[in-house]
Amino acid sequence: MKARVIVTLKSAVLDPQGKAIEGALRSLGVAGVQSVRQGKVFDVELAGNDKAAAEGVLKEACDKLLANTIIETYRVEFAE
Amino acid sequence: MKSALVVFPGTNRERDAERALTLVAGAKVTKVWHSETELPSQTDLVVLAGGFSYGDYLRCGAIAARANVMAAVQAHAKRGGLVLGICNGFQILCEAGMLPGVLVRNAKLRFVCREVRLRVERADTPFTRAYRKGEVLRIPVAHGEGNYTADEETIREIESEGRVAFRYARPDGEIDETDGPNGAINGIAGIYSETHNVLGMMPHPENYIEPAIGPTDGRGLFESLSSAFKAA
Repeated sequence: MKARVIVTLKSAVLDPQGKAIEGALRSLGVAGVQSVRQGKVFDVELAGNDKAAAEGVLKEACDKLLANTIIETYRVEFAE
Repeated sequence: MKSALVVFPGTNRERDAERALTLVAGAKVTKVWHSETELPSQTDLVVLAGGFSYGDYLRCGAIAARANVMAAVQAHAKRGGLVLGICNGFQILCEAGMLPGVLVRNAKLRFVCREVRLRVERADTPFTRAYRKGEVLRIPVAHGEGNYTADEETIREIESEGRVAFRYARPDGEIDETDGPNGAINGIAGIYSETHNVLGMMPHPENYIEPAIGPTDGRGLFESLSSAFKAA
């Protein structure tokens, strides 16, 4: 089973990298971009096909390592 | 004083730390590889040196914080043993949950490598007794992720419990957040654990210990540690 874990900064946390990217897009003349926040994507392959079990595994992975929950939040998407 | 110097893949400041510990603090230093599960017996002080453990992959200090040896470091701290984390070591202590908050990318996105002024917030801990409260030190920094932050409640707690060790200051001792090297909240450069036996700091006191190289304002920290154990 394949899953994608998306880790993003909490909205209250300043994201200087996102701001810099936002500024770069503006200077490239890409119109209509109001703001950019940068995050991380982890594509994970899981043993077995039990979605509930996989959700448990990924929650553990996020809480233990993939996200620093002081500043980040995460969500999981399952690919078909 | 017996000191354990923890080394992870990518740690690169352990020799400077070792020199300061032996030269100034007169410590007996044992290097401990990250995969060890125990510290040398009768370790007084654990030092996590600077560098780029695990190449700063994922987040600075994140992978090192989960290494085998960290359980032993946590147990040492719980027993009241002293732990000092410098630069990447501070990031590791935060990621391990041994200190609150987190160090994020410098506000201006640049790696900052220069001398800063640090104000000593209290001179009654095992790390700072050789200094005076309010003394302004010249100490170098070298980091890209030294912007200390935490939620409001945590910051209130740290401040009210006197857990800020050092702040980035102007030469006259005034704090100017916008003038600091990394945008850290309240100019925080280093913090203590609740019981003040764990200290994490971004600046490098081990760099300023020898007159042949420059100022020696970093000596006080290692002299403090040394006298903490002479007194004991």
